[in-house]
This record gives sequence, structure tokens and C-alpha cells, in this order.
Amino acid sequence: MSTVGTLAQLPALPLHTAGRYVAGAYVVLFVIVLIYVAIMAIRLSHIERDLGELLDNAAEGELAEPSVAPPAAGAPPATAGKSTLA
Amino acid sequence: MYGKGLRALSISTAAVMALALGLVFFYAPLEAEQGFLQKIFYVHVPLAIVSLCGFVLGGLLAIQHLRTREPRWDMRSYVAIHISLVFAVATLITGSIWAKGSWGHWWVWNEPTLVSFLIVFLLYATYQPLRFAIEDPERQARYASVFAVTAGAFVPMNFIAVRLSTAYLHPRVLGSASNLPGSMRLTFIVSLIAIALLYATLCKYELTAKHTRAQLRALRRRLIGDQPQARRPRSAAPALAPSPPARARTAAGTGA
Repeated sequence: MSTVGTLAQLPALPLHTAGRYVAGAYVVLFVIVLIYVAIMAIRLSHIERDLGELLDNAAEGELAEPSVAPPAAGAPPATAGKSTLA
Repeated sequence: MYGKGLRALSISTAAVMALALGLVFFYAPLEAEQGFLQKIFYVHVPLAIVSLCGFVLGGLLAIQHLRTREPRWDMRSYVAIHISLVFAVATLITGSIWAKGSWGHWWVWNEPTLVSFLIVFLLYATYQPLRFAIEDPERQARYASVFAVTAGAFVPMNFIAVRLSTAYLHPRVLGSASNLPGSMRLTFIVSLIAIALLYATLCKYELTAKHTRAQLRALRRRLIGDQPQARRPRSAAPALAPSPPARARTAAGTGA
């Protein structure tokens, strides 16, 4: 880095001017990371939505299954069983 | 699988980033001739180094994919290049900001270091369109790996060619010409570690997200019975193989 000074074409900028450039450079990195986090958040929300859909489908499947499946001979329905026990 | 250790990695990245920023602004002295503007060096150079190393890493992972034909290596290569490309954009922007403050121009076309980095960036900018242009996932992965290996070999060659060049304005950081004072060297090394950790963390996040999505697709196929190809829209991203539990269940089903 010693060559920085010798190869630079312009004299050092005053702090108030250089500060703007330095802030700009660091803000660029911050913004890029921020954009990435935002993209990840969107993806996460999609995953959450898809997972919710799958859970709904699974719940619907579970509810539909007892009515579709033929009842075993002599076996009372689940609700009837519960009421008997109660 | 990919999410293991993600929390620890994220915390350590945040800690090292905070340490690096503290060192840059409160510990490292002002450079004699550049003054405060030289602080850009601590973000610009690590970004450039990490992005170039990431491109090479993408090539190495692609070699592994070509050897084993396992989709996970293609996925890793894709993610390594993808994040490197983002870092390369940051390198170009921060470099331009520094050039404007130091040289008075946003871009200098007769400067080999700048132009060579732009060439590398533009080369890798074609990676995603290349992947997107190929519909068949297997061919896509194979061609992308060949590209990643070829372009990955080009990166060090390009670096050496620029180092051999004598007509440059851009400061040299690595090599015999560099004699950073101890405090600046320490700050630079910590900044480099911070950016490398940021790269590793973002790669891990990306891999975890893609793996979770693939698992979710596998689950959807199992529950709803979707066709694998019908559910996956055309994409530049690699298609991961079914997750281990899916394979296990398929095998169990076949066996029964």
C-alpha cells in the first residue's frame, strides 16, 4: 500500500470531501447485504406459504380419509367410540 | 444439512465485521498522502480478493461435479459463483468511488487492473444466462461446470498477466512492493477475514435456502403427487436431487 501515495494523481482530499466517498463505499456494501437479506426474507415467506399449503392439504387429507375409508365390520365410528367412553 | 452451524457462523461474521469496522475507523492511522480516502481500501481490496477466490472455488467445485456427477457439487459451484458475482459488483462500485476521489475519474480505461477485473466480471456475468439457456438440468449442470472450470482457470492467469504489466496506476497490495505498517496490516487482515466470513455466511444461507426449497418440493410431490418437472419452472439454478428421506421412502416403497 506504500505505492498508494506515490501513484495517486491528486492530493489528499479534505476530510469532509473524502468522508463522502468513504461513506459511499461502505454504504454500498451495507446496501448489498441489505438487498440480499430482503431477497432471503422473500424466499423465506414463499417457503412458509408453501409449507402452510402443504399442511392444509395434509389436514384436509386426514379429515377426508375416515369418510372415504370403508368402516370395519362391527367397529363403531371414532366419534361414536368417544361418546361411548364418555 | 446445510443449515448446520449457520447460527454460529452468522454471529462470528457479525462480530468480526464489527471488529473490522472498529479497527478501520478508530485504530488504523490515516495514510500520509491519501488521507481519509484510503479507508476505502479496507473494504474494496478484501471484496476483490474474496470474489476472485470465490470464482476459483467455483471452478474447483465444478471439477468435483464433473468427477462425481453429483448435483450437490453443481449447486455449490453455482452458489460460489453467484455470491462472487455479487461481491464483484461491490468491488467495481467501491473501486470506482475510490478512483473518483483519488484520480478524479470514475473509471480509467487504460488501467490494466481495472479493465482486467471488468473482463473477469463480464465473463462470469454470462454464467447465469448460459445456465438459463439450457433446459435439460443434467446438460445445464455439465455445461455450467465446464464453463466454471475454464473461467476459473482464467482468473489466476489474468491476475498474473496484470501483475506482469508495468504500466499501471492502481496500487499494489500483495507482493514485495507492499510494506503496510503493522496497524494497517492488522486492520487489513481482519477486514479480509470479515469479508471472507461474510462470503461463507451468504453461501451457506443460499445453500440452505435452496436445499430447503428442494426438500419442500419433494414433500409436495409426496403429498400431492405433482410431477417433478411440472412443478419446477425453468431456472438458472441447479436442480437438486431428492432429499435422503425421499430416496429412502422410494427405496422402501420399491422394496415392498
